[in-house]
Amino acid sequence: MSILGGGIFKGMAVTLRNFIGSYFYKERLTTNDYEWRAKDKLPQSIGDYPKEEGEQLRDTTTVNHYSRNFPMLLHDTGEPMDTIRCVACQICERECPPQCIYIEKSTEKKENADGKPQFYPAKFDIDVSVCMSCQICVEVCPFDAIVMNSQFELSTPNRFGGLLVRRDDLLKSNDYYHKIHPQEAAARDQKMVADKAAKEAKKKAAAEKAKAAAEARAAAAAEAEAKEDTE
Amino acid sequence: MITAALNYELLQQEGLETSLLEISMGPHHPSTHGVFRMDVKLDGETVVELRPVFGYLHRNHEKLAENMTYLSSMPFTDRLDYFNSMTNNWAYALAAEKLIEVEVPERAEYLRVIMAELTRLVNHVTLVGFFINDLGALGTPLMYAFREREKILDLFEQASGARMMCNYFRFGGLRNDVPEGWLDRTRELVDRFPAFLDEYEQLLCENEIILSRTQGVGNLSRELAINAGVTGPMLRASGVNYDLRKVDAYGIYDRFKFRVPYTDGDTGDCYDRFMIRMLEMRESVAILKQALADIPEGDIIGKVSKVFKPKPAEVYGRIEGPKGELGFYLIADGTTKPYRYRVRPPSLINLTVLRDMCLGGKIADAVIILGSIDIVLGEVDR
Repeated sequence: MSILGGGIFKGMAVTLRNFIGSYFYKERLTTNDYEWRAKDKLPQSIGDYPKEEGEQLRDTTTVNHYSRNFPMLLHDTGEPMDTIRCVACQICERECPPQCIYIEKSTEKKENADGKPQFYPAKFDIDVSVCMSCQICVEVCPFDAIVMNSQFELSTPNRFGGLLVRRDDLLKSNDYYHKIHPQEAAARDQKMVADKAAKEAKKKAAAEKAKAAAEARAAAAAEAEAKEDTE
Repeated sequence: MITAALNYELLQQEGLETSLLEISMGPHHPSTHGVFRMDVKLDGETVVELRPVFGYLHRNHEKLAENMTYLSSMPFTDRLDYFNSMTNNWAYALAAEKLIEVEVPERAEYLRVIMAELTRLVNHVTLVGFFINDLGALGTPLMYAFREREKILDLFEQASGARMMCNYFRFGGLRNDVPEGWLDRTRELVDRFPAFLDEYEQLLCENEIILSRTQGVGNLSRELAINAGVTGPMLRASGVNYDLRKVDAYGIYDRFKFRVPYTDGDTGDCYDRFMIRMLEMRESVAILKQALADIPEGDIIGKVSKVFKPKPAEVYGRIEGPKGELGFYLIADGTTKPYRYRVRPPSLINLTVLRDMCLGGKIADAVIILGSIDIVLGEVDR
């Protein structure tokens, strides 16, 4: 601080450097345009929003691997309601921090993708105006039935019903999930297969154990009988 | 503090009718960093009485958490101090981990330190930007600060899926591993950050306007700072060497070499508080460099069930947040929900000395003093 005002000029040199540098180096810019879509293709009105699923995800500069917006329900290949994974156990409804999920369990069971009779959600509504995109529902779901969507252009002119997403709109195929989160979906599929194998192995082991126990019991009984006979 | 007769009393002796001017600054005042109100009594331009009023942003955080499982209140901690969601997560995870006694994997511990130090950079860079904004330098310094902040938030988004509401920490580790190439991108950012700090210091630290407006303004004595329970950079600016990263060495902070900047005087003014943050950023960069060099491969989370029932116990987990000591106090009663959940917010407790710092100063200085405390109303009101 030898000359009064020297510090101010030093600061001004920095701003000048930034001003000139911003023409050559992108990291000097204080604001950046979203580059994921060409300017002439920016949506002008509601009707212009992408209709096709996953269309906005072609560029990954703003939407990345872990991006999460609102939850969606998964179904396997086939008719959505025939292969829905959700069994309406209502764990996500209970655990949801802002309480934005509403589920009504079906009264009768229906066959799921594995051919096992299961309950299904008669109603499954998510109020996305309440949802805070925290992903707790995904983490607590034991059936891998609910995952995060990354669709973010969801504005609607309907103030009340528009943000309440119903079951049929929430249902998305596993293929779509693979398209938006390839790594995560692959890991989840792998985990599901492993879980299933472990479950079957456990079941088999339990059955074998039961069988062995029954055999041992029968053998013991036969022995006892034989003993009685000799006596 | 005010020794001479008040101005308006002197004028009254001359036969003029005068009185103190009462101003309600806020709750919607751009300088108050949220919905915060200061009831100020002015004699001319001098503050003779100041009463902070808050509670406008009360969201029932503590009671909400008592009515949901331990895991479910994790995303709500993001919203306490919304600039530092990562450190908020950590403090809560630290408290809950004491209840369930789970071991955190090595890689997760390193990533926690990396996230916490990046958060400290985000917070300090934001604070300095807003602080200069409060001084009247609209735009330039704040935009430079936000440019750097945005680069760090991009890293957060890549790792956790959200820029600000990260919800990334879990009991016993982290939610997911960082994506491929993330560590390299972080290394690149950390290598470039000191250059930004050099430039920022050149821009601000010798500026005569900043010096004359901050030096000697808002003095906080060491005695008052300790007695009021002030923590964090504000306490260190008043000449107390106290940093929980050194005192508690939670996580793996004992493995890193870093210094704790503090002033050697008995009082701290706005300039000290501003400079402490600038210096702390350099130390954060040093910690980040070490953590990024040593980070091992491995698991990211220990074995913890999503819903658990801890044994009845009382725990307190605390960390050195960017704003000060952030603590979570939990009482478990053997159910899946905490019986009592209490946050010790650094912003609120640091705010209690506002009146003492402002009295006798000018009204324009009150705004700077508030800015130098570094509050976020989400945390003050909860």
